[in-house]
Amino acid sequence: MNSPLPLDPQGGVLARHQAALNEGRFLIQRCSGCGRAVYFPRELCPHCGHGELAWAQPKGTGTVYAVTTVRRKPDAGGDCNVSLIELDEGVRLMSRVEGLPSTEVRIGQRVKARVVQQGGQGLVVFDLAGVGAQS
Amino acid sequence: MSDLKSLRGSAAIAGVATFGCGEAPGYTDMELLANAARAAVADAGLKMSDIDGLCTASGGATMWAMPVVEYLGIRPSYIDSTMIGGSSFIAHLLPAMQALQSGQCKAVLVCYGSAQRSATFGRREVVASRRFLDPQPYETPYEPMQPLSAYALAASRHMHQYGTTRRQLAEVAVAARAWAQRNPEAFMREPLSIDDVLGARMVSDPLTVRDSCLVTDGGGAYVLVRAERARDLPQTPVYVLGNGTAVWNRQISSMHDLTVTAARDSGRAAFAMAGLSPKDIDVVQLYDAFTINVLLFLEDLGFCAKGEGGAFVEGGAIGPGGRLPVNTNGGGLSCVHPGMYGIFALIEAVRQLRGDGGERQVAGVKTALAHGNGGTLSSQSTAVLGVAETL
Repeated sequence: MNSPLPLDPQGGVLARHQAALNEGRFLIQRCSGCGRAVYFPRELCPHCGHGELAWAQPKGTGTVYAVTTVRRKPDAGGDCNVSLIELDEGVRLMSRVEGLPSTEVRIGQRVKARVVQQGGQGLVVFDLAGVGAQS
Repeated sequence: MSDLKSLRGSAAIAGVATFGCGEAPGYTDMELLANAARAAVADAGLKMSDIDGLCTASGGATMWAMPVVEYLGIRPSYIDSTMIGGSSFIAHLLPAMQALQSGQCKAVLVCYGSAQRSATFGRREVVASRRFLDPQPYETPYEPMQPLSAYALAASRHMHQYGTTRRQLAEVAVAARAWAQRNPEAFMREPLSIDDVLGARMVSDPLTVRDSCLVTDGGGAYVLVRAERARDLPQTPVYVLGNGTAVWNRQISSMHDLTVTAARDSGRAAFAMAGLSPKDIDVVQLYDAFTINVLLFLEDLGFCAKGEGGAFVEGGAIGPGGRLPVNTNGGGLSCVHPGMYGIFALIEAVRQLRGDGGERQVAGVKTALAHGNGGTLSSQSTAVLGVAETL
């Protein structure tokens, strides 16, 4: 007889990741099988298929991997930075670098994560490391 | 891939057609598809009642094969509605070849239509609805202008890593326009210079509006039959020598290396099946959603080394009279781009192999490569095609 696999009462990893962000905490995952860091959060490891991934607090430091400025009219919100950030743990995410004009964000710049609340949802953004940012 | 070699040249494209490319006000997606489908079947010397296999996909409708079956009035025994974005209609080739080989069906119609330029529920509305139907919750909050920003990010990385310049990217758009000027079906045919591209409105750095594909209407279709049957049909058969498809990721943030696409795998598989290499290819049709695509695919498919795409296209090298004819119809940048362009790349390859290219015809074409891309550098499918003497 099959017994159903247990559900997490807090829901899937997307909901749990977002709930942490809403409390100001940025979490990534680390696979209990192969030990590799995983982001975005998943229910299984994309490297080895293992089903147990532990939440881990990243150092928060990383490097700009790729960058663009979305050109928008002021009434559409104005120019907007979109960057891919490689965390020191080896995972990459989309985010934006704040605190300087978007066109001055450069690949290779060191950045540090910060959680902001945007539209009632926690969101990870980045500041240049060591430039006016709280660490 | 060795067992796939038995399928090399086993099927041939017997008919192709396009309809309503550019602007087709008042037409629906289905009407554009149906007109292209009817014309492709006629081009193949067949009747719609001969069609017993169907491949199709839609950017909006998730159950698209069913209304297409109903509209065309066919009863297919083989249906493939795999939807992996703009590469779908090239990725449909290999499964269709297997279905033809097994006898599951005898004549496969591959067809697409989109009125995304003229329709009231057009590109803007489709992009908005995708937020809910195809969520990317780890990217959307940062407001990238997708798909463009994903390609812009890839371009930024290529420029950083290999010294690629905006001028080299502009070369791709200028070559496409030069080809389009020789194609009466192309939507944008006025002269375009490197400086025009560099001075065009920036949309998502480093890509300007002229580094970006058109938004047009259009329908396209082709008919695939077994090779021996194609020899009895009116058109010069265009044989499918190889086809490969690869997907590594969906989101640009999940792409392993922004300068290397899954075209490396799809191309390797297609060339292995064909027993050919890039130096054997006479004309190349690459899905140029943005100028950076052409550099990435020339590199990943092996026409030049990684990082050398920019230098490769300099000096009009992929335009008319250049060293390698690329996107001879004008591509998605200047000819046609109704949401998913892959089928048009394949149709242009067939037209070149049949010698139907008119003013843009490249002399002595015996082999062609058609490459489709889908999503945000997410899916890749490569086809190697040839005339009878390449069998």
